Parts: sequence; C-alpha cells; structure tokens
Amino acid sequence: MGLEQFKNRNVGTQNYKTLDLDHTPVTGMGQFKQVVSRTFKPELFVGLWVTFREMINALFRGKMHTTQYPFEKLPISPRYRAIHEMLRLLESGHYRCIGCGLCEKICISNCITMDTRYDENQRKEVSEYTINFGRCIFCGYCAEVCPELAIVHGPRYETASEQRASFSLFEDMLTPIDKLNLQQEYQGFGAVSPNADENIKKTPLAY
Amino acid sequence: MSEVQTVENMVSITIDGVEYKAKEGEYILNAARANDIFIPAICYLTRCSPTLACRICLVEADGKQVYSCNAKVKEGMEITVSTPDILAERRAMMEVYDVNHPLQCGVCDQSGECELQNYTLELAVDSQSYTIQDTKREATNWSSVLHYDPGLCIVCERCTTVCKDMIGDAAIKTTKRGGASLDKAWKDEMPKDAYAMWNKLQKSVIAPSNGTEHTNCSDCGECVAVCPVGALVSRDFVYTSNAWDLKKIPATCAHCSSGCQIYYETKPASIEDRTEKIFRVTNEWNYVSLCGAGRFGYDFENRTATKDATAFAATIEAFKKAKVINFNSVITNEEALMLQTLKEKLGVKLINREARAFQRFLGFYSEASGQSLYTLDFKEVMASDFVISVGSSLRNDNPNARYAFNNVQKLNKGAGLYFHPVGDTLVPTFGKNIEMFTHKVGHEEAALLFIIKLFADQDKLPDSVKEQLESDFVELLGGDTAKFEKAFEKMMKKKETFSLMVGEDLYFHEKAENLAKLIAVLEASSEVKVAMIPPKTNSLGVALICDLDDEAEGYTIGYNESGDFKLSALGDGDLDMPAMNQQEGTLTNMHKRVTPTNAALEYNGYVLNDIIREVASAPKETIMWTEHLPVSKGFKAVEFDSLPNHYTNDGVEHRGYLLESISREAKEISVDKFDDSNALEGEIAYRCNPQRQFNDFSDKAHQIFEGFGLYASPAKAETLGSKVEVEFANGKLTLDVIVDERMEGDIVAIPDFKSAENIYELFAGSRYQTVTIKEV
Repeated sequence: MGLEQFKNRNVGTQNYKTLDLDHTPVTGMGQFKQVVSRTFKPELFVGLWVTFREMINALFRGKMHTTQYPFEKLPISPRYRAIHEMLRLLESGHYRCIGCGLCEKICISNCITMDTRYDENQRKEVSEYTINFGRCIFCGYCAEVCPELAIVHGPRYETASEQRASFSLFEDMLTPIDKLNLQQEYQGFGAVSPNADENIKKTPLAY
Repeated sequence: MSEVQTVENMVSITIDGVEYKAKEGEYILNAARANDIFIPAICYLTRCSPTLACRICLVEADGKQVYSCNAKVKEGMEITVSTPDILAERRAMMEVYDVNHPLQCGVCDQSGECELQNYTLELAVDSQSYTIQDTKREATNWSSVLHYDPGLCIVCERCTTVCKDMIGDAAIKTTKRGGASLDKAWKDEMPKDAYAMWNKLQKSVIAPSNGTEHTNCSDCGECVAVCPVGALVSRDFVYTSNAWDLKKIPATCAHCSSGCQIYYETKPASIEDRTEKIFRVTNEWNYVSLCGAGRFGYDFENRTATKDATAFAATIEAFKKAKVINFNSVITNEEALMLQTLKEKLGVKLINREARAFQRFLGFYSEASGQSLYTLDFKEVMASDFVISVGSSLRNDNPNARYAFNNVQKLNKGAGLYFHPVGDTLVPTFGKNIEMFTHKVGHEEAALLFIIKLFADQDKLPDSVKEQLESDFVELLGGDTAKFEKAFEKMMKKKETFSLMVGEDLYFHEKAENLAKLIAVLEASSEVKVAMIPPKTNSLGVALICDLDDEAEGYTIGYNESGDFKLSALGDGDLDMPAMNQQEGTLTNMHKRVTPTNAALEYNGYVLNDIIREVASAPKETIMWTEHLPVSKGFKAVEFDSLPNHYTNDGVEHRGYLLESISREAKEISVDKFDDSNALEGEIAYRCNPQRQFNDFSDKAHQIFEGFGLYASPAKAETLGSKVEVEFANGKLTLDVIVDERMEGDIVAIPDFKSAENIYELFAGSRYQTVTIKEV
C-alpha cells in the first residue's frame, strides 16, 4: 500500500475566499482614530436597544425566550439516553422482559443484575432486577441488545435523589400499569428499523 | 489412555488429502477428533455405542457414504468430510431439526451452549424448506431432580444412550410422540438420509421407560449433562442462570473414590447476597460420567466459618495434649501428609477406620504380589471384555465401578460375574452374559477360589490353592452347576481381557489376608487382573501417606469425626474447617491418579495448615505440601501449580499424574484352607450407603434426598413394618424402614454416611453383622 493518501493533509475541496477586511492600523495616530470611531459609533446604542426591547417583551408582553427550568422543559430527542424504562406489552400489560440476561452480559460497567426463576406457569420470571446507577455510563448497549425492546432509555435525565436506589428497581423503571396507554415506543438505538416489515421472511406453513 | 499406541495397532488414513495415523478398529469420527479434524456430529457419545439418530456425521470413505460414528478406520482409507451431496444432506437435516423448534433461545437454559444453535450456524441454515404441524408437548418433572421439556427436545437420544450404555439404568427410552405424520411427498423431494432422520424424529419423544410419568433411576443427572439443547435440565437449575454468568472452577469430586473431574459453576447468590454460590456441577461428559452425589451434592460448604481467635487458641491447646487424631477419608493428600507429620513430630496416633482396612488389605496384597498398587485402573477395567466383581455392592459402593461393569457388557460385547451376598435386580439387566451369585456372607474366599478354578493355569498354582479347587463352588455359592457351565461356555467366547474388581467387603473381612493372597495367586496364574475400589474418597491417598493405627486411647481430636475436640467442615465442631469445595489440594482416586482440586467458594476461617504451623512447622500455603508427598509410595515431587487438569480431544486424561507402582520381591504364597462353616447365619445387617449418599457432606446437600434409615428389599420391608429397632452386639439403633426396590433377599442395609451415628463402632470392624430387628 502506498502512503500517498496520507501525505495530502488538505481535506475536501479547497475553496477559500479572502474577506475584504480593513487594514490594521500601524501608526499610533491610526490606532487612536480607530478606537475613537468604534467607541462613538451608534452600534453600542443599537445593542443596548435590542436588550431593552427584549426586556420589555419578556417582562410586559409575555414573550420570554428563556426556558423556565424546572417549571418548563425542552423536548428532547427520542434517541436521548437517560434513566432506563421497562416497557410492558400493550395487549396484556405483562412486562416485556423475558429474563434472557443479555443486558446483564453486555453491560460494560457491570451494573445490571437480575435474578430469575421458574414460575407456576412454567415461564421464566424475573424475580429481581436492578441497575446500579452509580456505575451506569448510559451507553445504551442494554437497550440495543434487548431482543424484546423491553429495556429502553427514557427521557428522565434528572438523576438527583436522596437515595441512589430510588431509580434502580424493576418496579421503578416499569411503566405504571395505569399509564400503559401513554407508553411510547422507543425510537432510539436498537429500535426496530422503519422498514422492518419488508425484511421479514415467511416461515413455510403448508399444513 | 492406558492402551499403548504401538506401531502395530496404528493404521494410516487420509482425511481430505492429509495423511493421519489412527488406532486400528477405531471409528472414523474418533480418529478424526483425535487428529483435531472437525466432523459435525450430534448424537454420538464417546464411550457409548453409536445411536445413528442424527446422521449428520455422514462422510465419504473410499467413495461410499458412511456414518463416521459407526464406520471403523481401515488401512489406507480415504475420507472426505464434505462433498456437495453430503453438504446438502447435512443442511436438510439441520433444517429439519429447526422445524417447529421453539424460538425461545432467549430464555432457554442452554443459553447459547447449544449444539442445535451451533450447527444451525455452522451449516449456515438461513431459510426453512420443510414444514409439519407441531404437536403439543408439555414439560414434566421426571424425578426429584430431572426436568424435561419435550418441546425443546430434538430426540438425538444421547440421554437414552448414556443411560443405557454408561449408567446402566436404562430408565428412559424413546416413545411415540403422536401428532401429524410425515407427508410421503417429502420422500422424493428431500435428501434420503434427512428424510429417514425426520421420519424417525417426528414419531418420537423421550419418556421414562417404566411406562409411568416418573423415572425409577439413580438420579445421576448424566442425561442432563449430555443434552445438546435445553430439553433436559435439573429442576433446581431451571431458569435460574445463564451459562455465561457462571464461573467454571475445575475440581475433583469429593464424594467417593472415583475422584471424577467436575466443574463447580459459581456466581453471586442473588442481588441482595453477593457471596459466591455454586449453581450447578458440570463435567467433561464425553470422558467422565458422574453420579447423582457428584452432580447434585455440591452445596456442602462451611458457610459460617470466621477467624475465631479464641477457638483457634483452644485448638492449639487441644493439639498439644492430643493423643489421637480420628479422621476420615474426605481429606486431601496434603492434609493427610500434615497429619502424618504431626504423628512423626508429636507422636499422636492416627485413626481412620476405612483407610486402615484398605491399607492392611493393600499391604497383604503387595506382600504377596510384589507390587505396591493394584494392577488395573478402572479405565482399563472399562476396556476389558470380561469383568468380575467380588465383595462390593456395585450399585451403592462406587458409581464408576458400576459404570465400568455396565459399559463392558454394552460396548465390548462383554460378560460379567457378580458375587455378592445382597441380591440386586439391576446388575443382571446390564447385559445378557451376566451370572450373579448371591452367596452366603463369609463365602468370599470361595468366590475367589472359584474364579481361580475358572481362569487360572493349574500348573502355576501353589499347592495350598490347588488342593482346595475340588469342591463344587457353583452349588456352594448358590448357583446351579449344569446351568452355569452352559452359560459360562457362552460367556467365554471371544474374550481376551479379564478384569476383577474387589470392594470394601474384602477389606473388612475377617480373613482379609487370605483373600489378598488369593487375589495375588489369581493374578500370577491367569489373565485376570485386579482393580480395587478404595472404600471412601481419598482412602487410597491416606493409606499410602499415613501410618495409621488400629487402636488408640486418650484425648482425641476428631476431624469431621467424633472426638473430645472436634474440627469440622460441617460447621458443628469446636473449630471450623473448610469443606472440600473450599479447599485446594490433591486427591488420590481409584484410577491411581493424583488429581488437583481447586477452591470454588470463599472460606474465611482457619485451615489445618494454620494449626500445624502453630504446633509443629508448616509452609505458608496448604498446596506447598504437594511436592513433599512421599515419592517412596509412588507420588511425584511436583508443585501443585504445575499439575494439568484437562482432557484432550482423543480422550486422554491430563489431570495431575498417575501414581507409580513400586515393585519388590514377592513372597511365596501359602493360603489358608477355606472353611465353609464360617458363613454368617440369621438376621444380617450390611453396612452400605444408599445410591447418592457417601458422607456427611453429600447428606448436607439440598438436592440429595436419600435418608438415613434401614434399607430393605420390598419383600423384606413388608415383614419389618415402618420403623424398627436394630440391636447389635454393642448397641442399638432406631431406624425408619426404607424400601430399595432394587434390593433382593433378606439382608438389610444400614448406611454409614452420618459420622455422628458411629456405625463403624456398631459393625465392629466388619461390613456384615448379625442383628436382631424388632418393629417399634
């Protein structure tokens, strides 16, 4: 392999334009003139007017641009990775987690742990599930690897609490059953692609 | 492997154009595996007969398609692993296996260690061409430990094969599945072998062979080990952990003298409790088979131990005034050497009843034969084609001896003779060529004389033996002479290698010396070679390392045994000791092999080495004793950390090292005259553990359910009632009567696995005792 490609360090096409700037004054008189002209130009008052106008707008006309956090919050991207959520199946309301343990396995900071057992219905039941948020680096691998889209990242980024444990149990992360109708499908990393239906192959079912 | 690979028994074969050496008469698959060539195969198990259920090991040998698990290598054979035809067959077979297989890999207990998954990927199956209506199959529990999910089962029949060929229970079989039958149109459309495989698969499912819902077996769990998918799992393990979460710790099983290779698989117990816990035990199932105690009796660790300085100081005081140390064989070689050092330095006496009996017997034997150790190991027994068992309750004493006896019948077209006073209904089912002698207690010498009469070269016998061979032993041992002679003629056909297994009955026999001499005579004058079953876990190691005493009196320290001061790994003594799954060290097993074991679980207390350091002198770590094991007894001066612990693909065991047998001048043998009036009469009790119990540790495990009671045959149990008082000459016991359906006859078995019950005292140096049994 030749090394030529590494020797050209100009990235992209070179279309630079030189700006038509004033010449920098060199004499003491020239510098003095520049300072005086800049100081007494009306630009200063233009700036002060803008500030004054916006103050009037914000205080008296109700046109405030500042987000009134924590009373107001900005919408965030569906791909935002904050505190995890555990989703439920929309039809039955049962939690989606099947206890496969892939999130536990893939977690690079080793913060996910689960206990599972054989339940009365011969199903695998998740008896305990916890994420240690002191260790979690919100990398999103757990959501990506989850085959059931059961663990996802939610928009809840305010992670201050009196106790670390306040977020970390299965029940805390699980969609409350009465808010099932408000459950949003996760759009972030690992979610089903928009053209997923096209990629599904049929299993032969001849009988 | 024990067989010497000489130039004569090697043939050369060509696999995919490359020339390899293979053992003559070996299956192509095994020859390929030994040379690190991969041939796909699902249903074949090394050491068992080919099942031909999966047919995936199809190869081309000399231009013909053969199943490599079933075809033997020939000189100059040319083998092609894959041809386009074979690849098409294999792909069709894998597609068939995937038909209706539940897509629940996410929760399956096999969790990726799945051969179905592996081969589906290996053969790049990315679409499905075949369909059939699924049949509803419900998951069931076969026994207290076995869980079967037929939905996941691919009917490779490995479980049934291992149960029949290795374990001998034959407790499971294939049975009718019901449901849709295969469309005949497939026959023309799909590859031939794949169709035949599917046709059989679609009709079958695995079920207990006794026709009920539950297996009547020894609950060894070997079927669970060999299952390539998640269909068979132990009930305790179902849905509790993924394979990848578990840490494998290579170890040696501590329950009996088989010293099987095992892995303890551990991970933190739960979210709240982060201490390591053993979740299951696995093994290299192609090369070693476990019993139920080994597989399920793993949680016997000493959890409560802490460094209790006052208890430790009291221990040092106790050791300073101790006259006797009473211990058992559940102990590592290193600890045995420590105790021997104590004896040498402080002059304490060492008491270990089972190892002492074995030591004496081995001593008598080596005096008469000129070898320090018995001739065969049990792998060689398994390779023989005529096997004899004397003085051991095969089903209960040692699982590996039983598997060897069974495997000889199934795989080597072998024959067997079984001499034992307690009748057994299982042993005769191992094969067609088995003669069972249920002789009287005390007639063990007659059994050995009879074997000498059958196999020995009369000219080589000493006179004292020769003159005793006149009598009709068949009649004496409870057989029918005419019938036996006819059967024996058939048994001897095409037999080349003969092995004799002797067990604990002989070591505890009144005439042990004479029996040992007879065995030496038999070996010297015939083709029959002997293997001995050491009575408990490390009895062989203890017998070689320690200079044991017969009787002792005075202040006694009991190590896992009773004493004035008790060291206990069960957590009930004056000072805690680590259990075998918390220790590292070596064990000497019945294969005459010194095998390493590692600590699976944390231990926070004091160990024997700490005590020895205080009272005598000791190195920093227990394992530093390993290199000081007595070379004069056959041990090697190697460091613990340099001991290997694995098997290679050709099945060669690389675990620790083999003991060396040291030869010396054999003494002239003169045996005592056999007196047939010595037989015990009346109500007889036999010291014998139930199948999955060996010691206090197996008893502590939560998946071992066999209780401490009086075991009796169904007929005998009926006459006894439900609870009895057993009166010995020097004590009595009250025991529940437990029916052992595979026992026969009137002798009852009393277990010795609870050391607190002092069963050895009651039996007073013998394994049989006359007793009075009263219902209470």
